[in-house]
Amino acid sequence: MNQSQTAKSMTHGEAGLAVFFAASAFLCLFAAGKALDTAFAFHASLACAASLWAVFAIVNRYYDRPATLPPREINGRPNYNIGPVKFSAVMAMFWGIAGFAVGLLIASQLAWPALNFDLPWTSFGRLRPLHTSAVIFAFGGNVLIATSFYVVQKTCRTRLAGDLAPWFVVIGYNFFILIAGTGYLLGVTQSKEYAEPEWYADLWLTIVWVTYLLVFLMTIIKRKEPHIFVANWFYLAFIVTIAVLHLGNNPALPVSVWGSKSYIAWGGVQDAMFQWWYGHNAVGFFLTAGFLAIMYYFIPKRAERPVYSYRLSIIHFWAIIFLYIWAGPHHLHYTALPDWAQTLGMTFSIMLWMPSWGGMINGLMTLSGAWDKLRTDPVLRMLVVSVAFYGMATFEGPLMSIKVVNSLSHYTDWTIGHVHSGALGWVGFVSFGALYCLIPWLWDRKGLYSLKLVNWHFWIATIGIVLYISSMWVSGILQGLMWRAYTSLGFLEYSFIESVEAMHPFYAIRAAGGALFLIGALIMAYNLWMTVRVGEAEAQSPVALQPAE
Amino acid sequence: MSFWSRHQIFEKNSIVLIGGILAVIAIGGLVEITPLFYLKSTIEAVDGVRPYTPLELTGRNVYVREGCYLCHSQMVRPLRDEVERYGHYSLAAESMYDHPFQWGSKRTGPDLARVGAKYSDEWHVTHLVNPRAIVPQSVMPGYAFLAETEVDVAGIADHLRASRTVGVPYSDDQIANAVADLKAQADPDSAGADAFAKRYPKAVARNFDGRPGTPTEMDALVAYLQMLGTLVDFKLYNEKANLR
Repeated sequence: MNQSQTAKSMTHGEAGLAVFFAASAFLCLFAAGKALDTAFAFHASLACAASLWAVFAIVNRYYDRPATLPPREINGRPNYNIGPVKFSAVMAMFWGIAGFAVGLLIASQLAWPALNFDLPWTSFGRLRPLHTSAVIFAFGGNVLIATSFYVVQKTCRTRLAGDLAPWFVVIGYNFFILIAGTGYLLGVTQSKEYAEPEWYADLWLTIVWVTYLLVFLMTIIKRKEPHIFVANWFYLAFIVTIAVLHLGNNPALPVSVWGSKSYIAWGGVQDAMFQWWYGHNAVGFFLTAGFLAIMYYFIPKRAERPVYSYRLSIIHFWAIIFLYIWAGPHHLHYTALPDWAQTLGMTFSIMLWMPSWGGMINGLMTLSGAWDKLRTDPVLRMLVVSVAFYGMATFEGPLMSIKVVNSLSHYTDWTIGHVHSGALGWVGFVSFGALYCLIPWLWDRKGLYSLKLVNWHFWIATIGIVLYISSMWVSGILQGLMWRAYTSLGFLEYSFIESVEAMHPFYAIRAAGGALFLIGALIMAYNLWMTVRVGEAEAQSPVALQPAE
Repeated sequence: MSFWSRHQIFEKNSIVLIGGILAVIAIGGLVEITPLFYLKSTIEAVDGVRPYTPLELTGRNVYVREGCYLCHSQMVRPLRDEVERYGHYSLAAESMYDHPFQWGSKRTGPDLARVGAKYSDEWHVTHLVNPRAIVPQSVMPGYAFLAETEVDVAGIADHLRASRTVGVPYSDDQIANAVADLKAQADPDSAGADAFAKRYPKAVARNFDGRPGTPTEMDALVAYLQMLGTLVDFKLYNEKANLR
């Protein structure tokens, strides 16, 4: 490309974003000076530094790039933008290992409390949100952004919309994770589970998320295919609904605009209902709809078979997004939430079993005629087992939402076990499977460095999951039964602390299960690293893949 | 045109698809959440529930900050064993001034909705500093640093003001005297104790951490724990009047 032929000038996006970040740097510097608490000062400084870096990066990129932006097509073929996809995929692996490691630490703290070290920033109460956010939003979120940006381009046969916008989304999102995570360690939390970040992190996430929606939507609008592929319905439902949930659950009034503390607009019973409307649908739309989209693209692709049933996917899609929203109150059975709301929550949770299994059947039956590949392809095996775990977790969920069952299971480790059969088995495995597919594709490799290591990862992680969920079933049911046990004379049989003491062996087994899962992820990281470093390059791809930078 | 081909309108038009998604997800939330704001039966009519004192609110913020809610619920369910173990089942009215709510979702430790006045201040301080000094089998972290951390007294009025904006009925008098009330509650012999008692009738003023000087976060947290579940007098409470 001959640069001298076209006059080079900054696009509106580049100039606008550079000005935005320059202004943001000044504002953050000012805020750091005015800060009422150290956490806010730290975050403002961090945001100031990040803004300055962003200005530098935008200007630097401008000087390095050719006069014209990368074309949307080269020789009639889409010129895919894979830079942001690569970035998110790498961040997913990084945060995954960090999140699993913190999970192992807090699991160990429950078995051996000395590991809390009695310091503010190492206690269970501050590390637990760090673990949940790191695995759900940092690991899961990056997997979702990476795969959605990849899948939407491939299935729409067009380049990702926007020039800087996709980079803004992936870097901005990871900056949100950094603010949220460091905030937890410093005690910045609004205590709404899975929505702990304070008001300023929430505002930033809103900007990033709306940009994400726009990039995704604009890419669909520019598609070269008449139909929107089924995976994109699920991605779209995930992105839109998470935006609605985030806005509904988080309106808060800061005590001061120069401090981290805020008071949430909702109070008491209404706040509880908003929280679990959000909380359950973070599961339903972040951890389910988004990952179902991954299932709908990666399983057919890997198995080289079409999606089993088009009609089933239509029914399954609309049914699952309609029913999921109602299920929140099952987190509030027998509480001060009115009974009518609890009953609605239970009813819809039970109905939810059907579309969930509809999705599972659609995923599993996609393997019709290709089941033999499970013997030879451990990546496909991981994907298929993830769908099996999805089926198991979505059977257990409706069961636990029945009020009588819930009176035993609620507040116990059974819930923790249930969540992890979904999180480790379904979300974890489907993400691992997707990343094992994606990394060789993104870096133009013929295949993975080692399928044998994938096999090791699969079995070590599977044993880890089995240890985890079976120990939590036993401890959860044991806890629930001990709390309600009566002696023949009509007295409560156990003091609370006796139930705590009884948990110890199960907490130790759970930690061992978590350690195996972490070891599996480390093997995976090594395998992916070696794939990128020494993997055999794919024969020159017919499509010119040109990264954004 | 078959039923299935009608679905093409969603598959071929992204804006229609988004509209469909928004319509479908709106229904459940609207039906379950909106009535909670206008159905009178949602929150019981009951005497005694008052906004937190400045010291209690500070303690509550420590409780939130340290993530206590991750292991301790504040919601006694109307089940025989829970009512016997913890006390009267929780009413919605008891948490109506809670921004955010602290009902919790897990009991690694016991429910705390009615822990107030069950143990002495000294028990709480010793237990918070080193839980295993009192309960050898406990897996709770120690919070010795709370006793060393002084409360940010000056900023408390802004907290009350923000709480009032989101719906907690603090009076002008309570906001204007927030700093004095915060100090007075932890120092019952001080000059401000009487005025504090007038502004927050029945609130307990004590030197919660047992040490002289500026209130610490330990004072605040223990003050909060000691009032939990004590506001409603259940000898006088008529549950028939509040059938839901």
